[in-house]
Amino acid sequence: MTELTKRTKSILSVAVCVAFLAAVYIGDMVVPPTSGMRMLFTVLEKGSIYALVAVSMNLLNGFTGLFSLGQAGFMLIGAYTYAIFSIPTAMKDSVYQYFDGGLIKFSITEILGNALGGVLGDFGVMLGEHIGMIFLMLCAGLLTAGVAALIGLPVLRLKSDYLAIATLGFAEILRAFFQWKAAGPITNSSNLLRSYTTYDTPLFPLISAGICVAFIVLLINSSYGRAFKAIRDDEIAAEAMGVNLFKHKQMSFIVSSFFAGFGGALLAMFQSSVASTPFTSNMTYEILLIVVIGGIGSVTGSILGAYLFVACSEWWLRGLDSGTFLGISAAFMRPGFRKVVFAVIIMCIVLFYSRGIMGNKEFSWDGFLGFFRKRDRKNRKTGKKKTSAKKHNKDTDIEEEAR
Amino acid sequence: MLSIKGLHVFYGGIHALRGIDLEVPDGQIISLIGANGAGKSTTLKSIMGLVPKAEGTIMWNDKNITNVYTKEVVRSGIVLCPEGRRVFPDLTVEENLRIGAYLRNDKEGIQKDKDWVYDLFPRMKEREWQLAGTLSGGEQQMLAVGRALMSKPKLLMLDEPSLGLAPLVIKDIFAIIKEIKEAGVNVLLIEQNAKAALEISDYAYVMETGTITMSGVGKELLNDERVKKAYLGE
Repeated sequence: MTELTKRTKSILSVAVCVAFLAAVYIGDMVVPPTSGMRMLFTVLEKGSIYALVAVSMNLLNGFTGLFSLGQAGFMLIGAYTYAIFSIPTAMKDSVYQYFDGGLIKFSITEILGNALGGVLGDFGVMLGEHIGMIFLMLCAGLLTAGVAALIGLPVLRLKSDYLAIATLGFAEILRAFFQWKAAGPITNSSNLLRSYTTYDTPLFPLISAGICVAFIVLLINSSYGRAFKAIRDDEIAAEAMGVNLFKHKQMSFIVSSFFAGFGGALLAMFQSSVASTPFTSNMTYEILLIVVIGGIGSVTGSILGAYLFVACSEWWLRGLDSGTFLGISAAFMRPGFRKVVFAVIIMCIVLFYSRGIMGNKEFSWDGFLGFFRKRDRKNRKTGKKKTSAKKHNKDTDIEEEAR
Repeated sequence: MLSIKGLHVFYGGIHALRGIDLEVPDGQIISLIGANGAGKSTTLKSIMGLVPKAEGTIMWNDKNITNVYTKEVVRSGIVLCPEGRRVFPDLTVEENLRIGAYLRNDKEGIQKDKDWVYDLFPRMKEREWQLAGTLSGGEQQMLAVGRALMSKPKLLMLDEPSLGLAPLVIKDIFAIIKEIKEAGVNVLLIEQNAKAALEISDYAYVMETGTITMSGVGKELLNDERVKKAYLGE
């Protein structure tokens, strides 16, 4: 078979993306709200949000070599920024019931919705709300990035474990701040924020997370990305080549936090209510787990890992908690058992696939097609029997690992 | 031309350099020889702005670069090829070279220099897409030199390029260092392999515990009784 040209590859990629989005759109219309298959859309939505956050964490941990554990804290800032500024004015009193309707008396999505609704009618309301949502998501990202820039000044002078501990600490401080009573008129203290504007199609998180991931990939492949990787590989040599260490670390940290904040805003929409309690270090570990399962230093690995993780924890392993799994019912399958099985799966992955699903490789059409071609060849070989198994070249081994 | 006058450097509490005077004139290979811990690497690091200086001046083409950021030093045409090769193992050979040209923006010039490096080290061209970590020691050293050359330096400083390499490979590397000089790049060479270094250098300095104890034309030092005794094992 002939090799694919660069152009066919990009056409193929675009075609697959469009087909996938179309399938999601149609599926969303067709599948009734009561069907069990609705879980598929939940997984797609939450999976893409987690994928974005995991890729942003990978940018930091996998590509710049900065072991940071502040992701949940940054998501928290993003989620709150989004929620606070999009609760409709009519709902403020009931949401902020302990704080006299809160300090912020306007809703950006509402203002834009009304403004455009006056001109264009119902379509204008929808358009305005969406513009407001996107604007707020960007604000969420920017605010998070700003906070990260401040935290980065002292913290990025630390190395490896110390950096991890410091960022973890800052994330917890942020969470404590949001739960603080004195901040209540803005953050509603430890009460829920709800009733804010959310998206109404699974395409929204998919597309916005996709655009963000594409941006991160562009950054990784730029000369900045090369400098990040150089810092990861050898700080001293990178510095001797004229790479400004602190500037690049700071940049990677800020960009990563921007997308964590953006992801946080998406997560707020997905959950349709937000409280600071779930944004603990536990959430950071979940994301770190996705990065490790997918492969540290692989964007496609993180994306795959995110969908697999979310599908397992939200859908496939649910039966373990409710008593029946794959048709087997047993008394020990009660709430919490899912986590036990999950832990075992994770241990197996760490033991046998210590480099993760993708290692530090990326998906490529050549690799994908080559994988099938080789399998085809292998199937034919097994027919003949006793062909030398040693003849596998390195690529086959890597791809087998990937399987 | 690079000239260092009365340079003092402290490492923690240790007085690592105790008043160094050194000159690298244009169009020459200058080498700095001496035992472990004499302060050779520290000298190079302080030229690069990687360690703080206590006293003294470093002049580069009539410009004072004593307290300048590493980035500016590299931009002004000085580059260090660090000890122990230090290539970026998870980047490809080609990416390593492009990091070398990190501070440059002239696409054509970079391409030209890349071709020149591939000319000097044909092996690198063959391994363009290989990860640098998978190269052999000699190849990594070649890549490290090539990477340094990508910044288009006027002064190339090499820290122990022969470290841990087979004699034949060392011979290749030294031949290439000569070739680099012919191309108009000044070379400041640090070596423990004093014989190989003195043979190709125009002028040499001998360092001992932070001071320069001797200097002279390379070939003459090679015949000096004291140098022979201390560094050549004769």
